[in-house]
Amino acid sequence: MRDPVCGMRVGESALTVDGHPEVGFCSEYCRTQFIANPGRYSDRAAEPRSTAKAKAGSDSRATRAVGSSSIHLAVEGMTCASCVATVESALSAVPGVIDARVNFATEEATIDVAGGSHLTDDLLAAVSAAGYNARQLSNDPDEDGEQGRRQRLYRTLLRKFWFAALVSLPVIYFSYPEIFPGVPEKGSTALNLIWGGMALVTLAVMGWSGSQFFTGAWSAFKHRSANMYTLIAIGISAAWLYSTVALLFPGFFPEEKLRDVFFDVTAVVTALVVLGSALELRARARTSEALKKLIGLQAKTARVLRDDTEREIPVERVEVDDVVVVRPGEKIPVDGVVVSGGSAVDESMITGEPIPVEKTEGDSVIGATINKTGSFRFRATKVGRDTMLAQIIQMVRDAQGSKAPIQRTVDKVAGYFVPAVMIAALLTFMTWFTFGPIPALVYAVITAVTVLVIACPCALGLATPTSLMVGIGKGAENGILIKSGDALETAHRIDTVVLDKTGTVTKGEPALTDVVTFGPFTDDEVIFLAASAESGSEHPLGEAIVSGARARGLNLADADDFDAVPGHGIDATVNGRRVVLGNLKFMADRGVAAGTAEERLEHLANEGKTAMVVGVDGELAGVIAVADTVKDDSVAAIRRLHDLGIEVVMITGDNHRTAEAIARQVGIDRVLAEVLPEDKATQVKLLQAEGKLVAMVGDGINDAPALAQADVGMAMGTGTDVAMESGDVTLVKGSLTGIVTAIELSKATIRNVHQNLVGAFAYNTLGVPVAAGVLYPFFGILLSPLLAGAAMAFSSVTVVSNANRLRRWRPSLIQQGVSR
Amino acid sequence: MSAVIVNLVGLSLIGLIVWYFWLSKPQGSLAAVGSSGAQEAFIVVRGGYSPDTIQVKAGRPVRLVFNRQEADPCSEKVVFDAFGVSADLPEGANIPVEFTPSEPGEYEFACQMGMLRGKVIVS
Repeated sequence: MRDPVCGMRVGESALTVDGHPEVGFCSEYCRTQFIANPGRYSDRAAEPRSTAKAKAGSDSRATRAVGSSSIHLAVEGMTCASCVATVESALSAVPGVIDARVNFATEEATIDVAGGSHLTDDLLAAVSAAGYNARQLSNDPDEDGEQGRRQRLYRTLLRKFWFAALVSLPVIYFSYPEIFPGVPEKGSTALNLIWGGMALVTLAVMGWSGSQFFTGAWSAFKHRSANMYTLIAIGISAAWLYSTVALLFPGFFPEEKLRDVFFDVTAVVTALVVLGSALELRARARTSEALKKLIGLQAKTARVLRDDTEREIPVERVEVDDVVVVRPGEKIPVDGVVVSGGSAVDESMITGEPIPVEKTEGDSVIGATINKTGSFRFRATKVGRDTMLAQIIQMVRDAQGSKAPIQRTVDKVAGYFVPAVMIAALLTFMTWFTFGPIPALVYAVITAVTVLVIACPCALGLATPTSLMVGIGKGAENGILIKSGDALETAHRIDTVVLDKTGTVTKGEPALTDVVTFGPFTDDEVIFLAASAESGSEHPLGEAIVSGARARGLNLADADDFDAVPGHGIDATVNGRRVVLGNLKFMADRGVAAGTAEERLEHLANEGKTAMVVGVDGELAGVIAVADTVKDDSVAAIRRLHDLGIEVVMITGDNHRTAEAIARQVGIDRVLAEVLPEDKATQVKLLQAEGKLVAMVGDGINDAPALAQADVGMAMGTGTDVAMESGDVTLVKGSLTGIVTAIELSKATIRNVHQNLVGAFAYNTLGVPVAAGVLYPFFGILLSPLLAGAAMAFSSVTVVSNANRLRRWRPSLIQQGVSR
Repeated sequence: MSAVIVNLVGLSLIGLIVWYFWLSKPQGSLAAVGSSGAQEAFIVVRGGYSPDTIQVKAGRPVRLVFNRQEADPCSEKVVFDAFGVSADLPEGANIPVEFTPSEPGEYEFACQMGMLRGKVIVS
């Protein structure tokens, strides 16, 4: 006997399952698999690969990359646990493999390899030599398959709708002999025959168009829960049963008036609810459009240099340390560092930054961004699931699957909602039957059915998650990665933003800012001499002067006799002239009379800048200042935060003078200077103790505790990985405008959630009593079950469409053109 | 007379609903959890989770493999709010969800809309 699930030979001691004496199982796993779906394994021998298994490893959760040296493969053809061992040993035998793990359930293999080895082809070969098929995993979670299934479901629902709708027309016509002309008289044999036909066709409508109501209701019932399907299934079948009984056994109802039929309710409600489901399905597909767009950004192929020849290979095959060639107009396939050439790269799809970024040797490039002008080669540093895009996709997917705190409350209500509606329907029935006008039974049936049909648990259930999906997706489109529903919901109540200074408000690297000249010297001359003298220096201040000179288009000369005195200055000979660069004491030591520069030095120092005196051939030539400069859009972002009524605090380990100088430039109102790195979190805590809801924004490892302490931690995407892990939000572009965008997006999303929730609650709390007929004693108004069906079908569509309105949301600062 | 009967039947139906959906403790099918390495269970998704109650031990990794066997989009995501993990469940595929519970207690998992529910009992 063979195990039908894994194909292993099993003996008498095999596990069995009731009702299938012909099969036995090797393990509890196989047995559970079989019980879950016996049909799938019934003709196992003829078709050893089940179709369901073709979807190997569509989710990455089980085997997320551990480091850049992991390779992930999808392995097909494994039928049982012993296959796992075979594949693992085949993979482990490949030279260079440190460890290989195979996951049977996901059909994935994770192979740890020594860094930089090109092993993918060898691994694939090893797996096929062992008798299985393998391919490298991409990040695409089989979107096409899922989309195809959605499409098919949508088309089926539409067909079901058309059938129910076509049946509805004659059914409505013949249901009202008093209203429509040409209908045989009530009680006549002709009409009774027609009604008999209607009973049959509406049964077909329920059985086919409405089949999912009954299967859905039944499977929920087995789990002791009830849902929308339960309500609709009871509603339409109650209407049909009553009508059929009235038709077949008229003697059962003594009064003539009771012998009425409501086949129209069954047909029309089915048609409307099925149409609503179809529309909802389509609208819901749009809520995850942002994620699909991200997945679509991935490059398909890459041109890599192997054995000195350029080869075009699928992007999944690119390995760390491959040199990749990129031509103008091409998509950069993976993350890496430029090794030669240069170009402008459009990174807007990842960072939201509309201006192309210049890249030269040593700059890092991001996969999925587009090379605009030049050609270059880069060394791959992150591939497969480790690329920035892959991580963004995973982060967005995780965030979309998280819950906002507000939803936890809604979930509690949802658990009681459907049974409560069923009780309301029973109470309605009893009330009408006891106190209602003649014919009381008809009124009781109709109002109870209307109550069942109008209640819409889906509108409540969909209200929060759909808005969240769109909001988080919208964030990703604008370079704002929000990690959870919690962060998204909290961000809209933020009243204090704490900014780390270096790397957050400022660029985090010194730049040449001021030049003051003395005597006959010009600006360019002073900069040329100072920068040439510094050209051999590796000091960051020296590098700032050199790049400042290059930015002015100056060609530097070589420096001779270079001498550096740490903490004081340098001297060197440039074009035969003796150049001295340093502080006042250094000038005095080298015999440069620089007393007149003292006032300028103090002034620059007050602005938080590092100023140096330049002496040429023993004469005072000028003063140049270097400082960490403010990012271009910091001022606008902080102004916008103030407009939103948010207090902005800057926190830094730097001295008060420098900190306050920067704060003045950008308009920050409160400065916490000389804060030790370990005290940043304490400062955030102190602000929280003042009753403030604090967002902390930082980029460094030392910001991580403060990011975690804050109500919302926002990490600069240009900063360290540690900061990004501690943060709730990552601002990919590394600009302060991102904070504004994140807060605005949170406000917009939460407003949308509130609209949805208020709408859904109001709809249900008003709709159910009206359906029950509370207006009848006062105004004589009774809701038709047909109208109730229409209202129900479109209430959930309305909720999803409202969530989709968020797709049109735009950040205000981009609109004003500030970051352009 | 008939009103009395109808009302009595109605009231008892209400009682049944309250008992069936709210009061009665579903026995739930407890997943057999292996003793080696991760604690593993296979869960079928069709109108609900079978089994819907999983008993595990604290401090050891848990691995639940979901297989969604229906086209209804309501169940296309499973969310473990307490552990901050979620997964998309394409129809017919085995999708593992992994987490390590540290504290004993009852943790709910549900679809995105909170209509389908199950729980992990950590002891």
